[in-house]
Amino acid sequence: MNSETEMLREYAERDYQFGFVTDVETDAVPAGLSEDVIRFISKRKREPKWLTTWRLEAYRHWLTMEEPHWANIEYDPINYQDIVYYSAPKSSADGPKSLDDVDPELIATYEKLGIPLHEREKLAGVAVDAVFDSVSVATTFKDQLAAQGIIFCSFSEAVQEHPELVRKYLGSVVPRSDNFFAALNSAVFTDGSFAYIPKGVQCPLELSTYFRINAAKTGQFERTLLIADKDSCVSYLEGCTAPMRDENQLHAAVVELVALDDANIKYSTVQNWYPGNEDGVGGIFNFVTKRGACRGSNSKISWTQVETGSAITWKYPSCILQGDNSIGEFYSIALSAKRQQADTGTKMVHIGRNTRSTIISKGISAQRGQNSYRGQVKILKKAEGARNYSQCDSLLIGEQCGAHTFPCLDVQNSSAHVEHEASTSRIGEDQLFYCQQRGISLEDSINLIVNGFCKEVFRELPMEFAVEAQKLLEVSLEGSVG
Amino acid sequence: MLEIRNLKAGIDGKTILKGIDLTVNAGEVHAIMGPNGSGKSTLAQIIAGREQFEVSSGSVKYDEKDLLELAPEERACAGIFMAFQYPVEIPGVSNSYFLRSALNSQRRARGEQELDAFEFLTFIQERMALLNLHEELLNRPVNEGFSGGEKKRNEIFQMAVLEPQLAVLDETDSGLDIDALRVVASGINSLRREDNATIVVTHYQRLLNYVVPDFVHVLVNGRIVRSGDRQLALDLEEQGYDHVVAQAA
Repeated sequence: MNSETEMLREYAERDYQFGFVTDVETDAVPAGLSEDVIRFISKRKREPKWLTTWRLEAYRHWLTMEEPHWANIEYDPINYQDIVYYSAPKSSADGPKSLDDVDPELIATYEKLGIPLHEREKLAGVAVDAVFDSVSVATTFKDQLAAQGIIFCSFSEAVQEHPELVRKYLGSVVPRSDNFFAALNSAVFTDGSFAYIPKGVQCPLELSTYFRINAAKTGQFERTLLIADKDSCVSYLEGCTAPMRDENQLHAAVVELVALDDANIKYSTVQNWYPGNEDGVGGIFNFVTKRGACRGSNSKISWTQVETGSAITWKYPSCILQGDNSIGEFYSIALSAKRQQADTGTKMVHIGRNTRSTIISKGISAQRGQNSYRGQVKILKKAEGARNYSQCDSLLIGEQCGAHTFPCLDVQNSSAHVEHEASTSRIGEDQLFYCQQRGISLEDSINLIVNGFCKEVFRELPMEFAVEAQKLLEVSLEGSVG
Repeated sequence: MLEIRNLKAGIDGKTILKGIDLTVNAGEVHAIMGPNGSGKSTLAQIIAGREQFEVSSGSVKYDEKDLLELAPEERACAGIFMAFQYPVEIPGVSNSYFLRSALNSQRRARGEQELDAFEFLTFIQERMALLNLHEELLNRPVNEGFSGGEKKRNEIFQMAVLEPQLAVLDETDSGLDIDALRVVASGINSLRREDNATIVVTHYQRLLNYVVPDFVHVLVNGRIVRSGDRQLALDLEEQGYDHVVAQAA
């Protein structure tokens, strides 16, 4: 028997030894996970009984599961009893008082990214004065959306204000038993984002977690649920483009998207968690489950991701194409430098007729980074006329990095049309010399070549995001050659 | 402008250049001719700063600076340009973006104001006409899908935009048909000035019918065995390298 399973079972079966008492006055629970901890989280968040039960069932199922090890990544075992699962957001009084108290390296990175001063303060968690109060910004924004019937709030708030929507859709795309990390998230998630776009509404703004600073700090088990009702349209931006240092190592989020008839969801992510240092010390383990269901006919879900951070990335934003004529897209840039390892890709499951999917994946490996593309295209029997196009390109910078591709095609309908193209190239000495001979510095030459390589994906990002993503790649690649 | 003294260099422990002496002054055009494998391209690449070649002895001075101490981009910013024998493709990067990055990089290094996209476009329009290039070529990725002739014309177009002090043209005529050769040659000629110089590296003398050199040097087996004026190139064409080499021996 696997020793981890044994360990988990042991934990599950024995009584909680630490004399844990639910104390509503404290803002954190001791490290470790148990049914009591989950009840505590649920109670602290004043959740309805059905949700508490939902969490507990997820937890019980999680105990029977094993941590997956099929991905092309290596890391020391995670001790799930060492993690603190609930810690109320620190009040601003606990944060740094000014930018002078913040890690200078972090500030230097903000400068390179060209983030305005007051935003830097917010990102670094500095107690911001009233002028830049993020709460009021968020409120103005929310009123504007509410006028159109759009709900955009934290997940906790949605549980209180819109329980019927949450109950209807939560876990309907990523079931609690889906995988080890999704089950863990379902048991312990603390907060996240919720959005609902009503019938026929085109969301006038790009929804962004940036506008809810509090949500950006809600720890490592976020839950996002986004529903686009019939004939609606929304673009959602996730993530800060600044590196956030997190004391905790494990980040296991779940994102669920639901698109009904003729609805269109565009979900863009720029992920830049702390990647660890050159020797692979520290950094975030990012085990994220993202999935969208094109439930209605003619619906469309498009994922765009730029992954530059995290020590480990394990992430496969996927589309379940149930509705006839529905469309799934996945555009990805994943960069692994230092000792980063990324195993990322997508799953496109074609169920409805004439469903179409496009996969464009760009992997960049530098220094000792390891980058794997893992993708599955599944065309079920009834998916008459389904089409898929996949393109996976890898770019290597230097001699010590690696690129790997694991595509999987499963076609059960003979009318399907599936194309897969893959390429691996190295930034050549001749390319660099050519740029340098024209007067461009080595570093700028690398950036130029990398940006060219990523162009097809940058094109999919909202304009401002694309600019920031480019800068981020540049910062992440600094010192990767020479 | 350029002074090469007793330059010995090679690659992977193999000596290619066995003692080159060459002086190039402003306003001059020098042709370096020689059979395959004589070291012509090596010499061009060492001037441009390709790092894989090892210089074992000798010196290269450029405007009183020790050229061998400078990085390739520093040489470029100091006014050295090489037209590549095999221009390199850079997928996804448009020709105009690439060239603007290069130009602005050089302008920055010289303490000049950078050009914005609009100013740049105005600036390059006349240069494009010089090389008979279509505007759509600006938006295509650098050298990707270019024909052999387009690549070579693109090299000279870049030269026209960057306005180097010393241009080294490495086998720019190879792979060009006669019409393209004329266009490229007239491009090169129109860039000739009193204050710049050109080194034309070539196997055949046909380019020299259009770009008339002041000096011709014959490079054989890593050494310049003969130098002369334009007539030398014509003799070579008529009599072949073997004959000229035998005479020199």
